[in-house]
Amino acid sequence: MAEGIKDKVAIIGMGCSKFGERWDARPEDLITEAFEEALADAKIEKNSIDAAWFGVFYDEQNVGKSAYPLSQYLRLPNIPVTRVENLCATGTESLRGAVYAVAAGACDIALAVGCEKLKDTGFAGLPERTKGTFEDLYQPGFTPPGAFAQLGAAYAHKFGMDMADLKKAMAHVSWKSHENGFLNPKAHLRKKLTIEQILNAPPVAFPLGVFDCCGVSDGASCAIVARPEIAKELVGENFVTVKSMQLSPSNGVEMGHQSWDGAGTITTRKASERAYAEAGISNPREDISMTEVHDCFSITELVLMEDLWLSEDGMAPKDILDGRFDADGDIPCQIDGGLKCFGHPVGASGLRMTYEIYLQLLGRANDRQLKDPKFGLAHNLGGIPNRNVAAVSIFGMNE
Amino acid sequence: MGQFGLIAYGSYLPFQAISRQAIFDQIGWIQGGLKAYAKGKRSYADWDEDAVTLAVAAARQLLTTADATKVQQLSFASTTAPFLDRSNAGIVAAALDLADHTHCHDSSGSQRAALAPLVAACQNQSDGLLIAAGEKKPVQPANVMEMLAGDAGAAILTGSDNVIAELIATQSVRSDFVDHYRTAESGTDYVLEERWVREEGIAKIASPLIATILQENNLSVDDIDHFILPVAYPSHARAIARICGIKEGAVADALFTDCGFSGVAHPLLMLNDCLDRAAPGSLILLTGFGQGMDAILLRTTEHISDYQASITVQSFMSHLRIEDNYPRFLASNGQFHPDWGMRAERDNRTAQTVAFDKSRDIYGLVGGFCTSCETPQFPKARRCVNPDCNALDTQQDYRFADIPATVKSFTEDWMAFNRNPPLIYGNISFEGGGNMFIEMTGFAPGDIAIGDKVEMDFRIKDIDDKRGFHRYFWKAASKRQM
Repeated sequence: MAEGIKDKVAIIGMGCSKFGERWDARPEDLITEAFEEALADAKIEKNSIDAAWFGVFYDEQNVGKSAYPLSQYLRLPNIPVTRVENLCATGTESLRGAVYAVAAGACDIALAVGCEKLKDTGFAGLPERTKGTFEDLYQPGFTPPGAFAQLGAAYAHKFGMDMADLKKAMAHVSWKSHENGFLNPKAHLRKKLTIEQILNAPPVAFPLGVFDCCGVSDGASCAIVARPEIAKELVGENFVTVKSMQLSPSNGVEMGHQSWDGAGTITTRKASERAYAEAGISNPREDISMTEVHDCFSITELVLMEDLWLSEDGMAPKDILDGRFDADGDIPCQIDGGLKCFGHPVGASGLRMTYEIYLQLLGRANDRQLKDPKFGLAHNLGGIPNRNVAAVSIFGMNE
Repeated sequence: MGQFGLIAYGSYLPFQAISRQAIFDQIGWIQGGLKAYAKGKRSYADWDEDAVTLAVAAARQLLTTADATKVQQLSFASTTAPFLDRSNAGIVAAALDLADHTHCHDSSGSQRAALAPLVAACQNQSDGLLIAAGEKKPVQPANVMEMLAGDAGAAILTGSDNVIAELIATQSVRSDFVDHYRTAESGTDYVLEERWVREEGIAKIASPLIATILQENNLSVDDIDHFILPVAYPSHARAIARICGIKEGAVADALFTDCGFSGVAHPLLMLNDCLDRAAPGSLILLTGFGQGMDAILLRTTEHISDYQASITVQSFMSHLRIEDNYPRFLASNGQFHPDWGMRAERDNRTAQTVAFDKSRDIYGLVGGFCTSCETPQFPKARRCVNPDCNALDTQQDYRFADIPATVKSFTEDWMAFNRNPPLIYGNISFEGGGNMFIEMTGFAPGDIAIGDKVEMDFRIKDIDDKRGFHRYFWKAASKRQM
């Protein structure tokens, strides 16, 4: 395996807009909100940034194509800006671009920004889009909840679970995130729910009900990364570093080969194996202090606990119901409220997850603060279980 | 010259029917006189079925008992073909994956459209003519045809080997008698007065024609074992038989009670129903009415005893799922236009360049079979999908259309756009290998489970409202429990 990027890049500032139905804000406003917070946090001049990566998914319904909207909104001094898109991992892809540039020595300081204005699309849920000129001819007309709901049926079948029991564990996932999100001033949905409310919600796509689905919102988030030497000059020894960033796209096996059982995500297993290795983590159940995972739907978070090797296969429902991933559990998941409460402005989500880990590691998470977190893991799953990209990133303090 | 006649046949009815009482309950306040027909049920095709898919389904039933290489000509017959200027038969042939040299033509213009190619084949002794008929009659709410019509497909194949019903003779007569008509502008049938149609039309056209064909073949009305008169009104056949002197016991069931009149497909569907039960040596008088009449004499052979249709017409009819939701029935036929929601606004423009380049993949459901690791896969690709293989350019054509599969995962999606919600889709595993993520059909909500058997059905995939086009693909259909 390659040497990797462990501790080669520091995060010196982060920002995150308030997520929600931002009817009064344009992408410029959301990005500025996140960026100014990050800039103040990093205590650098804007013009000291060498290059930027800009993550946007629905370009036509957001800021349009290309990278120049970011340059324009922030009045960047004509530095290189790269627009990236990789489904729901788009925000993390912008961070990966910036991190790799610093790790490679191409930049001293780099900026990653992600933004999405979903509420301008007019849709409940993600908008319709083409899947490609050939794929449109045969791919089902699925929605994201329907595509992810497949995990529920396949998981229950694989482990011989009664669907009613699986639904209870799924409901706990959503309940827990609402408990957490209630404490977060930047979350979109700050309301507690009861298990009964979740279980009795109107159906969306069997076995998912409305409260098994994450929200739809607007938001932007931002990270400024730099060489560790620069971080030391700015803040001394106490700063966050990137331990690993790994990405794993599907190669067609899920769509076309019978070896996949449909009850989990192959890519998350591959990406997390590599991320743990890059970060030097041999026992994730002991070493990972917290996770921010891609809880687009409750069933997704459930199977991800196994795909990230945090639960034994077939044991995620029990671990969830035992509170292992609750705020006071062994490995809190979505301590900020997750996609469930923040919603999922696609380009921003990966950086929003990183933002929470960053705050937790620095002890700045206020009411949500966990005790002495060591490593935080962020996970994105772009696409659908049948065809996706999984991103796994691990962060910790400088060692 | 040996025997010439039919060597195979196949039938198809959609999964569902609506009880006529359920229709009458909704439209009786407009047309109280339709109460006379408010009994039994009528079959109806789902929104994603049309005359082409019904014909394909019937032809596929036929091809379970006959080798596709015997098909030299394909005649697609319908008055409700989806395309006015594009070979509908070409679509049927592509779905059946027939040989490239198959001569394909469309037959239309009257309710006799399926018999016209049969008459010609009889006169020319044409081997290997596959006639595939489908009809999905657009019906206006409260029009009598809403009660009388049913959607179906039927297919027959001519040949000289193992003939199950010998074609003896044909006789035709023309008459521009307008019992009903439909134009592109009108969209639905304008139906004329029933008694006038029966007494001035059918009776006066049928009587001399039947007399002539019997006389010329030295037969009498008493020789007729099965008299097939496919017309919309269920009482007409018996009335005409009485006028012609044909014994009542010979009158073939018009399939009114459990199916309804399937237009161009109906002569073949009624014939198939006869053949399902006919004894060897039975004389069949098959007629077709529409601006004149065709009469065709057939006699079943000893091979009829060995012939086993994969699914009989009676079996199809007795397994229809009864739907009592009238708006759902209307939506299946494009007669109900609710707000389907924003997801229905998706632009379904087809990249014809890709559709043509991949036509065998899409219409024929032909994927790849890796000759290196023997893994079937869809779509066919340059590199094998098997993670332990990934060999380059090793794939041969592999048709999935006739391979059974099982449900591997599924959902019932109430958010996705579908004209018959919920949209059901998921992963299926094919026997012998291969996995597809695919739309499903034929399942009622709550009925589907992992491990269920499915078979592939050729259906409309998407409708492009903006450009008046629609594209086809295959769906995983619930395996009919017969």
